[in-house]
Amino acid sequence: MAALPGLLRDWEKLRASLEDSLEKARSVLPKRIYDDLESKLRDATEKYGLSPEEARKIIEYVLQEYEYSMIEPGEPVGTVAAQSIGEPGTQMTLRTFHYAGVREFNVTLGLPRFIELVDAKKEPSTPLMYIYLDEEHRYDENKAKEVARRIEYTRIVNVAAEIDIDLVGLRIVLRLDPVMLEDKGVTVDQVKKVLEKMKLGKVEQDPGDPLTLYIQLEPGESFSLIDLQKKKDKVLNAKIKGIKKIRRVVIQSMVNEEGRTEYFLVTEGSNLKDVLEVPGVDPRRVYTNNIHEIEEILGIEAARMALIREMKDVLDEQGLDVDIRHIMLVADMMTYTGRVKQIGRHGISGEKPSPLARAAFEMTTQNLFDAAARGEVDDLRGVTETVIVGGVIRMGTGMVEVAMNPAALVKASSTMAARREGEEA
Amino acid sequence: MAKQKKQKFNILEHELVPKHEIVPPEEAVEILRRLGVKPQQLPWLRVTDPVARAIGAKPGDIVRIYRKSPTSGEIVVYRYVVGY
Repeated sequence: MAALPGLLRDWEKLRASLEDSLEKARSVLPKRIYDDLESKLRDATEKYGLSPEEARKIIEYVLQEYEYSMIEPGEPVGTVAAQSIGEPGTQMTLRTFHYAGVREFNVTLGLPRFIELVDAKKEPSTPLMYIYLDEEHRYDENKAKEVARRIEYTRIVNVAAEIDIDLVGLRIVLRLDPVMLEDKGVTVDQVKKVLEKMKLGKVEQDPGDPLTLYIQLEPGESFSLIDLQKKKDKVLNAKIKGIKKIRRVVIQSMVNEEGRTEYFLVTEGSNLKDVLEVPGVDPRRVYTNNIHEIEEILGIEAARMALIREMKDVLDEQGLDVDIRHIMLVADMMTYTGRVKQIGRHGISGEKPSPLARAAFEMTTQNLFDAAARGEVDDLRGVTETVIVGGVIRMGTGMVEVAMNPAALVKASSTMAARREGEEA
Repeated sequence: MAKQKKQKFNILEHELVPKHEIVPPEEAVEILRRLGVKPQQLPWLRVTDPVARAIGAKPGDIVRIYRKSPTSGEIVVYRYVVGY
């Protein structure tokens, strides 16, 4: 089948003649839309043939449509975002103690979690980590367990069956639980080493029962009962292994993109910095719901991404469909100063430059007194303060003003007069 | 006591961290002109930010960030490095 005259079926050839148009499109359009455009042009060329003029026109239309779809100057995007999140927010459950995926975990979700996020709380009420593993440990449950044991913070109390103070022998008797030892992957020797390191006294293993350890306290010192109790607590709280703040680790599995079963860890408690360095962990994919930790270790851009992800997850979990762009705007506002800043009193609303806007937000008299004491001036540029004084807000059609140019007026009237004279003549 | 543990993992490789690069000054002027803003009107990036430190940005630099965006694939944004 012969192509119609002027139609090109060779994409490379057409592309070469379109380079200037494409270049313009590339500089204006977001990457995804540009890629889409290019691949569709190629398909059309190969299937039906396109002339350079047609292709140029298509690109032009796409650019035009893109421009039409953009937010117009003067659109109150912040207000729209606030309402778009606020209205569905009223439908959120007030107190939900949900179990996110894992039965054992109790995760704050719904409105309380959302408030935590916009208030930029230092630590979430239920810190949580998702730890993905490296190639070697990912596909084997036992190997995953190995990593889990390295991470889980284990103290002696976790593996002890009972502990007693032998007042006659002046020693602490510690009996270990074999089931717990097995579960946490701790050996008696490890416990013994930890005890020896504490330097409370000589550590001995019972000859008849290897699970019983005696800590012989040094005689000569004065021992009050309280003293002994303190020593006992010290023994119980001694760390055997693991990472601080990680209270519990649960192994979970999922089917990944390659269709293989992959094991990963979910932890109660969060410590991003140390977990990144644990062998067997894939540090590139470690995730925590503690935004501040992410800001501190991975930077503000990562914190922004995590904020968006967390807020979207909360809304999705409640079945609320909020456009992600509203959430992105909130996250942008919270991170534009280079730190995660809360929305409320000590953040975006509380640091507005206008004293009237601040007074309208919270503690009206207090804010006005403070502003007066500092001699602040209100420029009346924002929406709130303009409404207070009964002006026209600088939004939408209020953005533009009419200005008169006297010189142009004189010129216009003289040409009008000249034209009138010409008509009369 | 024990020597300070060195962070071995390069945070720039983390999936949450988008690509950052320092914009050369000549280009920075052009960008500011195109956007019609003063540098301090851009979002800020603190010098103490871990990523700023990793790429060696100094106060006054403009950093280009290639964010992955769910709505537009990839988007370029700029941050102004501030020293606090």
